[in-house]
Amino acid sequence: MAVPLPGDKTVVAQNYPLYIRSVPTESELKFHYMVHTSLDVVDEKISAMGKALVDQRELYLGLLYPTEDYKVYGYVTNSKVKFVMVVDSSNTALRDNEIRSMFRKLHNSYTDVMCNPFYNPGDRIQSRAFDSMVTSMMVQVC
Amino acid sequence: MEAAAGGGCGSGPPLLLSEGEQQCYSELFARCAGAAGGGPGSGPPEAARAAPGAATAAAGPVADLFRASQLPAETLHQITELCGAKRVGYFGPTQFYVALKLIAAAQSGLPVRIESIKCELPLPRFMMSKTDAEIRFGNPAELHGTKVQIPYLITEKSTFKRMDDEEKQQETQSPAMSPLASPPSSPPHYQRVPLSHGYSKLRSSTEQMHPAPYEARQSLVQPEGPSSGGPGPKPPRHQASLIRSFSVERELQDHSNYPDEPWRITEEQREYYVNQFRSLQPDPSSFISGSVAKNFFTKSKLSIPELSYIWELSDADCDGALTLPEFCAAFHLIVARKNGYPLPEGLPPTLQPEYLQAAFPKPKWECTLFDSYSESMPANQQPRDLNRMELSVKDMADFPAPTQDVTGDDKQALTSATDEALPKDISEDSATPKDSNSLKARPRSRSYSSTSIEEAMKRGEDPPTPPPRPQKTHSRASSLDLNKVFQPSVPASKSGLLPPPPALPPRPCPSQSEPASEAELHSQLNRAPSQAAESSPTKKDIPYSQPPSKPIRRKFRPENQATESQEPSTTVGGPASVATVKPHPAVQKQSSKQKKAIQTAIRKNKEANAVLARLNSELQQQLKEVHQERIALENQLEQLRPVTVL
Repeated sequence: MAVPLPGDKTVVAQNYPLYIRSVPTESELKFHYMVHTSLDVVDEKISAMGKALVDQRELYLGLLYPTEDYKVYGYVTNSKVKFVMVVDSSNTALRDNEIRSMFRKLHNSYTDVMCNPFYNPGDRIQSRAFDSMVTSMMVQVC
Repeated sequence: MEAAAGGGCGSGPPLLLSEGEQQCYSELFARCAGAAGGGPGSGPPEAARAAPGAATAAAGPVADLFRASQLPAETLHQITELCGAKRVGYFGPTQFYVALKLIAAAQSGLPVRIESIKCELPLPRFMMSKTDAEIRFGNPAELHGTKVQIPYLITEKSTFKRMDDEEKQQETQSPAMSPLASPPSSPPHYQRVPLSHGYSKLRSSTEQMHPAPYEARQSLVQPEGPSSGGPGPKPPRHQASLIRSFSVERELQDHSNYPDEPWRITEEQREYYVNQFRSLQPDPSSFISGSVAKNFFTKSKLSIPELSYIWELSDADCDGALTLPEFCAAFHLIVARKNGYPLPEGLPPTLQPEYLQAAFPKPKWECTLFDSYSESMPANQQPRDLNRMELSVKDMADFPAPTQDVTGDDKQALTSATDEALPKDISEDSATPKDSNSLKARPRSRSYSSTSIEEAMKRGEDPPTPPPRPQKTHSRASSLDLNKVFQPSVPASKSGLLPPPPALPPRPCPSQSEPASEAELHSQLNRAPSQAAESSPTKKDIPYSQPPSKPIRRKFRPENQATESQEPSTTVGGPASVATVKPHPAVQKQSSKQKKAIQTAIRKNKEANAVLARLNSELQQQLKEVHQERIALENQLEQLRPVTVL
């Protein structure tokens, strides 16, 4: 099999990660760093949309910024929870629609996690269903 | 037993199996047969138990088993030939047992022949992880380990599930102990006591409420005893665990029940869950909200991540609320977890909401059943319920403060209520302390606001109470007229300069003064005009002391002067004027008193008026300030509103 493509999913709120996962376990720290730096870009995009358009604002932010190796995609929920996805640039098979659908799945799983009364917003996400969903997604990508 | 039956109906050589061999073989056979049946469920094992003669072991698992015996393939061939399976075409119980016996013989070094099975042989050994034999005969220590942990388990379970135990009078079948298989996923310290087993233990140890040290407990633990007959055949589980039956208690009835699947809800359990559901939510067909369920399940003392996972498993539609089947599933999972079962990876099929709804009758029927059930033993239940819930409440010692409040309320509820609605009270009380706290908070805020209002009222009250109004009953209406006339001038100065009324009172008294004045006028006129000259100076003197009455005096002066001009006589007028002056002061005194009174009244009125005016201005200013504050706050609010919080 080819070199596993790195996929990194993070759920961030109040700028600390609720959930972070990457496929190749090496260089995980690098992904952490990239995600953290991309938070600024996400904030930029949110504020650029304008405060009056809160309702009409798109949740999917699209490509945040491309680096030489990776592409970073962002997504913000209505409760200001940010999803950041870092994908290898060499993975050209991933199209925008697929990214969108992945984010939608992430969002759905996240809402399921929130429905759990034992989950306090702001805790790290330890839901097994969420884990399994993320794993399946990453496997699908890679 | 099955061996005898097999010997009877089978065409193979007669078999003589020892007790241990019987059990081992029958279990292995059942497993092979059950594996052939496939899927979870009690169908195949029950069938195997019910009609052993008719069951057959599938070739696949049997082959696996034989291979696990680590005998050479040739030997296995021989064995299969000998046992008659090839002849018959299938592995019936007879064939299977013969085969096993032959395997044992081969393993112990005897030649594979039919004669060899007639003698005593050790049990065959199979190198499979799932094999019962290895564990049973190889790890007695493990059994002890599990035995030791039973009492602790029981006490834990007793504190939590006492009510259920008391409800059940009919005990289930001999519970099955599941010794731990070698798989590392189930370390020895996990207590795998099936639920029915737990119940039976509870019944025996009803007196022990609180956890006790292990040593003291061991004496109470029922002896394991020899393994009873009737193994609990089961299909291989997704957990890959083995179930083995123990005889535990003499009190146990041989009530055949469901096989000891940990994920199957028994009738009694179901009733208990429904009862609990109803205590939280009276309508069995509606939901329990997430927060209510959270409070309830937190009482089970499981860790939050575990509870979170259980919720995830049981809330199938992820709506944050539990319907009755979901609630039963969750409760069952909690109970299982408390008994030491590791939580499954996915919701077992027997706990799926559809299955639960289909497997059990509708809530209405259950209601009636439960009602009849509860009626049958209300007296026993209630005091025991009291004790149990009290103790379960007391055992929650390490709970955080809010739940301690709940326990306090629980105790109060216990002492007061004696109904079966105890859990309802408790759950309500758990809700009510929060409500009462919030309610208590509200009156406090109200009191604050009320005090402020009162203060404002007090402030407002002072000005509104006017000083006692002067009596308007003074008799001098004419003086009022006078005062009105005088008022255009400075009131302050006027008040100080209000002397007694003039000699010629214009009209102080409507009745008296006028005629008096007229009389005086007439008298003046009648007297010698010579008086006018003297009277005028005297009158002039008087007016000096009575400047306010000047104009009036002047009015009359022209008349006097007119009269004086008509009859100029000054000298005669002198004494006359003196005479006239004398009665004047008398009249003046009367009118002066009245006027004084009036004027003081006027003064007071004016003072009051000034005070009220001042107060009014102050209040107006306060109102303006409040308005300004309000505007400022609204501005702030508007500023804050469009800023989205990030």
